[in-house]
Amino acid sequence: MSAADTIYALASGAAAGAVAVLRLSGPGTGEALRGLAGSLPPARRASLRRLRAPDGEILDHALILWFPGPASYTGEDAAELQLHGGRSVIAGVMEALTAAGLREAEPGEFTRRAFLHGKMDLTAAEGIADLVAAETAAQRRQALHQADGGLAKLYGGWAERLARLLAHQEAAIEFAEDGLPTDLDAKARAGAGELRAEIEAHLADARRGELLREGLVFAIIGAPNAGKSSLLNALVGRDAAIVSARAGTTRDIVEARLDLAGVPVTLSDTAGLREAGDEIEAEGIKRAERRAQEAQLVLTVFAADQPPDAETLRWVGPEALVLVNKCDLAPAPAAIAEVPVIAVSAREGIGLATLRDRLAEAALRLTGAGQGNQLTRPRHRAALTEAATLLAEAEGAALPELTAEALRAALFALGRLTGRVGVEEILDIVFRDFCIGK
Amino acid sequence: MTGADLTFDVVVVGGGHAGCEAAAAAARCGARTLLLTHKIETIGEMSCNPAIGGVGKGHLVREIDALDGIMARAADAAAIHVKMLNLSKGPAVRGPRAQADRRLYREAVQALLRDQPGLTIMAGGAEGLELDQAGGLAAIITADGQRIRCGAAIITTGTFLRGEIHIGEKRFPAGRVGDAPAIGLALAFERLGLPLARLKTGTPPRLDGRTIDWAALEAQPGDDPPEPLSWMTERITNRQVSCGITATTPETHAIIRANLESSAVYGGRIQGVGPRYCPSIEDKVVRFADRERHQIFLEPEGLDDPTVYPNGISTSLSEAVQEQVVASIPGLTKARILRPGYAIEYDHIDPRALTLALEMREVPRLFLAGQINGTTGYEEAGAQGLMAGINAARRASGGDPDASLTRSEAYIGVLVDDLTLQGVSEPYRMLTARAEHRLSLRADNAGLRLTERGIAWGCVGSERAARHRAFATAVSAALARAATDGASPAALSGFGITVNQDGRRRSVLEVLALPSLALEKIEAAFPWLRDLGPPIRTQLEAEALYAPYLRRQEAERRLLEREEKANIATTLDFDAVDGLSAEMRQRLKAARPATLGAAGRVQGVTPAALAALAVHLRRDAQRFT
Ligand SMILES: Cc1cc2nc3c(=O)[nH]c(=O)nc-3n(C[C@H](O)[C@H](O)[C@H](O)COP(=O)(O)OP(=O)(O)OC[C@H]3O[C@@H](n4cnc5c(N)ncnc54)[C@H](O)[C@@H]3O)c2cc1C
Repeated sequence: MSAADTIYALASGAAAGAVAVLRLSGPGTGEALRGLAGSLPPARRASLRRLRAPDGEILDHALILWFPGPASYTGEDAAELQLHGGRSVIAGVMEALTAAGLREAEPGEFTRRAFLHGKMDLTAAEGIADLVAAETAAQRRQALHQADGGLAKLYGGWAERLARLLAHQEAAIEFAEDGLPTDLDAKARAGAGELRAEIEAHLADARRGELLREGLVFAIIGAPNAGKSSLLNALVGRDAAIVSARAGTTRDIVEARLDLAGVPVTLSDTAGLREAGDEIEAEGIKRAERRAQEAQLVLTVFAADQPPDAETLRWVGPEALVLVNKCDLAPAPAAIAEVPVIAVSAREGIGLATLRDRLAEAALRLTGAGQGNQLTRPRHRAALTEAATLLAEAEGAALPELTAEALRAALFALGRLTGRVGVEEILDIVFRDFCIGK
Repeated sequence: MTGADLTFDVVVVGGGHAGCEAAAAAARCGARTLLLTHKIETIGEMSCNPAIGGVGKGHLVREIDALDGIMARAADAAAIHVKMLNLSKGPAVRGPRAQADRRLYREAVQALLRDQPGLTIMAGGAEGLELDQAGGLAAIITADGQRIRCGAAIITTGTFLRGEIHIGEKRFPAGRVGDAPAIGLALAFERLGLPLARLKTGTPPRLDGRTIDWAALEAQPGDDPPEPLSWMTERITNRQVSCGITATTPETHAIIRANLESSAVYGGRIQGVGPRYCPSIEDKVVRFADRERHQIFLEPEGLDDPTVYPNGISTSLSEAVQEQVVASIPGLTKARILRPGYAIEYDHIDPRALTLALEMREVPRLFLAGQINGTTGYEEAGAQGLMAGINAARRASGGDPDASLTRSEAYIGVLVDDLTLQGVSEPYRMLTARAEHRLSLRADNAGLRLTERGIAWGCVGSERAARHRAFATAVSAALARAATDGASPAALSGFGITVNQDGRRRSVLEVLALPSLALEKIEAAFPWLRDLGPPIRTQLEAEALYAPYLRRQEAERRLLEREEKANIATTLDFDAVDGLSAEMRQRLKAARPATLGAAGRVQGVTPAALAALAVHLRRDAQRFT
């Protein structure tokens, strides 16, 4: 990978459509456009041109856009060609570009170049990667917000405030003789406290953004033959799990992906909880319990024609959903262990709509539906947690140079999220804000 | 007059603060050294503020002293008002500062140089540089055509490269008031194709102290007793004087605003960039329009000299306006101006053309130090002079000029690293905020950090070496004892020292680190502390206070060490590094960082660029092994 290369890639996906978009970036873009279209079109305006192969043969009538750097997505000279989507047209243009010395881009190379040229910060680049990988509407919303610089703005704003606090603290240390305000030390400590509180509030998010990015896990748990597998199949709408009358048929975990109100959820059907018959079943039960522990939501399933079993009852609580299946065979109780139940029949399709609503509700509550500023990666959480700890240290420091020390470390922690922070930026603030110099 | 060629190991051009340290250091390292300067009588002249030290600057002075330099000793001999700045803050940011009698300072420097074996001093101006066929420095040519051959030369000509003084609308070429500029040398540098840029600085008018109404002003005494700057000074013997404090008034500001046209800077006659931490009074009034007063310290320039330096009103306004300005200030209504303030513009060389030894990368054996490299201040100049002197001596004797200090070892390391890596966009001054290892780089432990290095380089005399080693041994013993000796919480409470009654024994160092605890109580608990001299106790207290932070810094330093050890070959072609943007290539080419760690410090270099560079270096290393 060399930035001196000029690259191209199909931006519209591999499938043939009416229009195919080809993107170009790199120093040779202008030359390549001239070769294809005869001359450079005016910058940033769509122009209709004939594209020709090196031997003069006309390849296509295309809409072309020319973005001279640095005002382009990558910061380099770049262009977009909107071709007629035929396979042979695309192949012909790509061939002409290869002949002109361009090469096909590696995955993510356009974004990497944009990051390299300072066109976006790290969180925005991550947002673009997430956008490409998004499976559901809420994931897409969240990724788009991040790619648009939502987190960059929030974290960048904090870093700016922190830089200012540090600069004021440094001014008090460096220029004590210059008749500066006497409350700079106290203000720096107070400012550190306010910022810490804001960061802590942002961190106390029950991992909503991360969960949305990774997808939720819901575990179905219950006694053998409570009808867990039928329930899974009914919710997914296909036979994902093997259903049989024999208790203990599901021994390992069966998973199915659901899109609940735009949130991706992995629904896990697990081995029935009971005294294990053999070693394999015992292992299955162990796995079931582990999965239930990891899951963000546990669906406890009881059968209407059986009394609630002790193993499953252990999982009932305010955080879990309590389902009573087979309500077509016997009446379901109103509540189990004081938690109201949802009566369903997987076989007859009774209560499934209610269940779906409840699941979607939980999915939205657990992920925030991708709205607003949510951190999305453990990397974000680690850096912000470190910054908050250091800010608390700054707040309580006994000497100004120790406050400065902690503020500086906190600033670097934030800097790791978005980019770097240098001494010069701090000094710029010192000299802008104070009249220094006897 | 063209006599026979002279030959020296090291020739130092310029007798300012950089040149004096350079000449003395080269001679201490055993080089036969010549100091060539315009006038012998202005050697050691303080062209501006008659003070040495301060926060950051005081750290540098102590480091120069730790390497047996002359600045601190001369300042002690001349000190007439001494103050430890930031006394209410922790030891890491305390900065010693001494105001000096200008004449005594000059005399002390000249005496120290005269007494330095191996050093010859000669009056004369350097006009040209002679290179050998390989492009290395061969000789210095003086204004009278004298050829001085040498193994290495250090140019320390300060503001004299095409210097031009501005007083209001008047302007004339000068190195500083009363001295001619060096034009021949500037041309020689230009011919070598060295990158030159223009900076400016200024100085306030000097006042006749006999015409100041001292009685109307607040007096600020110095510390009693005054603490010497040098480790080799027993005590300061000069009579100590007080400074006066006054301030500008709204009337002052009105006069300045009405006459901005007469200021050389605001009239648009100066293009050079000035230092933000040393703004002219015009600048202060314009940029901080809401301030009603700006403080002024009235600093006597000498015991038998009526000249007073009004610290805070540096200016390039016309002489007539300067008179009005001064007359509008309380206590100065009748004050007579002895010499008007002025601004000076001068050329400096982009220090990114230098190696860490301060040698020109493209011209072997030619070293540069001091304000010519874009710094400002005596201490910054002296520190560079010292390092250039040591390295020039090594070069001249056929060795490698590899005496350098890292950022984690010394402010000198920070200074040289910043200059050679980042270059300067305004006159560079040392600030403690520039040192990421500020808590361990203290003025009080400069000797412990550096003297042993100086002994190895051969620039430290035997007397200082012996003193240092005795002190270092005593400090380690005391630290070891303070780490092992201790008492239980119950025992401590018997002395009025309260800690958590958790039964865990506390070491003396831990007790010393407790906030706001009277020292007498600690001494009562551990009486042996009383027998330690104050300098040793200072070390214990500082180590105790900063211990948790120092541990963290040490861990960070070790983390960075790997990057610092990843050398970047001087021949590396940044164009061949995959994945670098054009801007990153340009920044890296200008800075030519010597290691991956240094590349990370280059202003504006992004983490992505650094990663690309790291990948390239690793790939290169694999190719060769
Ligand atoms: C007007 C003015 C105002 C300043 N204000 C401040 C301030 O407010 N704060 C601050 O920190 N610093 C200030 N400084 C800066 C401080 O004085 C310098 O940074 C410091 O003195 C630089 O030391 P140096 O050794 O590099 O150069 P200098 O002290 O300037 O010494 C240069 C020496 O070289 C000699 N020389 C020059 N050319 C030749 C030649 N061709 N041949 C032989 N000898 C030559 C000169 O005679 C002189 O002795 C000011 C300087 C000036 C001139």
